[in-house]
Amino acid sequence: MKIAVCVKAVPDTDAKIAIAGDKKGIDFNGVRIITSPYDEFAIEEALKLKEKHGGETTVFSVGGAEATDVLRDSLARGIDSAVHINDDEFAGLDPLSTAKVLAAAIKDGGFDAVFCGQQGVGGDNNQVPAMLAELLNMPQATIILKLEIDGNKFKAEREIEGAHEFVEGTLPALFSTQKGLNEPRYPSIKGVMAARRKEIAVKNAEALGVKGQFNVDNRKVKVKEMALPKERPVGRKLDGDVDAQVKTLLDLLRTEARVI
Amino acid sequence: MAEGILVFIEQRQGQIRKASLEALSEAYRRISSVGGNVTALIIGKDVKGLAGNLPKYHPHKVLVVDGGDFENYSTEGYASALTAGIKSVSPKYVFAANTNMAKDLIPRVAARTDAPCVSDVTEFEADGNNLLPKRPQYSGKTYTVFEFNSPLAFMTLRPNVFAVQESSNNVNCPIEDLQVSAGDIRAKVVETHAATGNKIELSEASIIVSGGRGIKGPENWPVLQSLCDELGAALGASRAVVDAGWIDHQHQVGQTGKTVSPQLYIACGISGAIQHLAGMNSSKVIVAINNNPDAEIFKHATYGIVGDCLEVVPKLTDELKKMHANG
Repeated sequence: MKIAVCVKAVPDTDAKIAIAGDKKGIDFNGVRIITSPYDEFAIEEALKLKEKHGGETTVFSVGGAEATDVLRDSLARGIDSAVHINDDEFAGLDPLSTAKVLAAAIKDGGFDAVFCGQQGVGGDNNQVPAMLAELLNMPQATIILKLEIDGNKFKAEREIEGAHEFVEGTLPALFSTQKGLNEPRYPSIKGVMAARRKEIAVKNAEALGVKGQFNVDNRKVKVKEMALPKERPVGRKLDGDVDAQVKTLLDLLRTEARVI
Repeated sequence: MAEGILVFIEQRQGQIRKASLEALSEAYRRISSVGGNVTALIIGKDVKGLAGNLPKYHPHKVLVVDGGDFENYSTEGYASALTAGIKSVSPKYVFAANTNMAKDLIPRVAARTDAPCVSDVTEFEADGNNLLPKRPQYSGKTYTVFEFNSPLAFMTLRPNVFAVQESSNNVNCPIEDLQVSAGDIRAKVVETHAATGNKIELSEASIIVSGGRGIKGPENWPVLQSLCDELGAALGASRAVVDAGWIDHQHQVGQTGKTVSPQLYIACGISGAIQHLAGMNSSKVIVAINNNPDAEIFKHATYGIVGDCLEVVPKLTDELKKMHANG
C-alpha cells in the first residue's frame, strides 16, 4: 500500500496566544510548536496499515520552517519519507488553498490511502480533509474512530452527534482521524536519531506548478481582523456555608441568569 | 449576480436537526441586508412531509431532493444534491449547522464549487450587503473576523448560538422537487448505532454538567449524573479525566474534544486549563465548583462556589428536587 499522511505544525494546545502586529494572525514568537494532536492518530493509523499490509508511507506538510520539526517527528515515529511544501507564497493560506497545494503534491503519487487529522488545532476549520478528497477525486470517511481495510474495500466507524455511523467504500480513499482511533506511539530514541539523518524533500510553488496562484490578492477568504475575545463580566464567588451557597446559586440561576 | 442564502437542512431518520433551524432562522434575520431570497434545501428519502415543517421558519422556498439514493447519507450523493441546489438558485451564501455531517459535506462542496468556507461561525458583522463571519480560534484566545472575495461562500454556524425564530401563524411557501442524479457513490453509510452513555448530545445541550479531577474517581460519575437528570443536562468531562480513562472521549469538552455553548455550564472539580476553557468559554452562564479558591476556572465563572464538588453537587441535586416537587 502507498499511504500519504498530511500533518500540520500548530501552537502547543497549552500555549498562551498573542496576536501579531498586523492583527491578521497570531504571534508565533516563543510559542512551542507541536504536531497537531489529531494528526498523531493519522500517523499512527498509517504506520499500523503499513505493518499489516506492507508498503510505504509519506508525510506531507504545508508550512514555513516550523514544519521541519513536525516532519522530523513523523519520521521519528516511523514514516518512511517526508515532503515539505514551503514557499513564501503559501504563508497564511486559507483551507481551500491549502487543500489545493496538498492536492498538487499528492495527486500523482499513486496513493491508496490518504490520512489527515480531522482538524488542525487552533484554526479548527475541519475543512482541508474533505476538500482534499474532492480535489483528489477520492471517496472519504471523516472523523473516524475505527478503520478496517480488506483488499480495496474499507469499513470505517465515524462519530456523529449522539450516534456512530459505519461507512463502507473503496480505495483509494481519504480518511480524517478522531481521538479514539488508536494510541499514537512515541518516537523511539533510535527513531529520532535516524530521522535526523533523513533528507526531507522540499517543494515550492514552482515545483508544484502553482506559481502565483496563491498570492494574497487571489485568495477568496481573508482574515479581516483578529482580536482578543470580549472579557467575560467579572463573576462572583458566593458567600456563606455550603447550604447557603447552594440556595443562593439556585436563586441566582432562576431569577438573575434565568437559565433554569 | 448571485444573491440570497441557501440553507442546508440536515435530517437523520426523519428528524430535522434543531441546529439547522437555527441556521435557517439566522438566514431569515440576515436576508434583508444580504438581498435576495432564503431557500431551504432538504435531502433524503420520503422527506416531503418533513419539508412541510420548514415554511414556518420563513424561507421563501423549500427545495426537496428525494430519492432512494439519498436514504442513507453518502458524501458524494449529498454533495451532488447540494451542488445541484446551488446551481438552481445561485446563492451568494450557503449556511449549514456546524455538525459532523456538515464537516464531512460542506468543505467537499466548497472545493467542488471552488468557493471559500468559514466554519463554526458564532457572530456576524455586516458590511453593506456582505456578511463578515466571526468565530473564536486558538483556544478561544482570539476572535477572527473574515471577509470573502468570491461570488459564492459557505459558512457553518455553531449549534446553540443562534436563536430559532418560528412563526406561530400559518405560513406558506413553495415546496419544490429538485431532480438530482446522485452520481457515482464510492462510499456510503451502511448503518447507524445510537451512542451509549450520553442521553443528550453535548454540542446541542442547553445545560451541561462537567466533571474533572475533583470528582476523585470514575465511581463518582453517578453523583454528577443525578444532577444532569434533574436539570435535563448532558454530562461533560475534562481532558484530564478522559485521558485517565474515567470516561469515554465523546464526553470531552475542550480543544481536543467538543466545543460547546450551552445556556448553563456547571464545572465540577475542573481547574480551568486553557484547553478546557477553549471548549466552553462561550457558554452564557458558567458555574464553577472547586475546592481551590485560586483555581483559574473562577476567573471565567459567572458564579463560583468554593467547596468540594462531591459535597456541593448532591446538595444542589436535592434542592432542585425540592424545587421541582413544589413546582
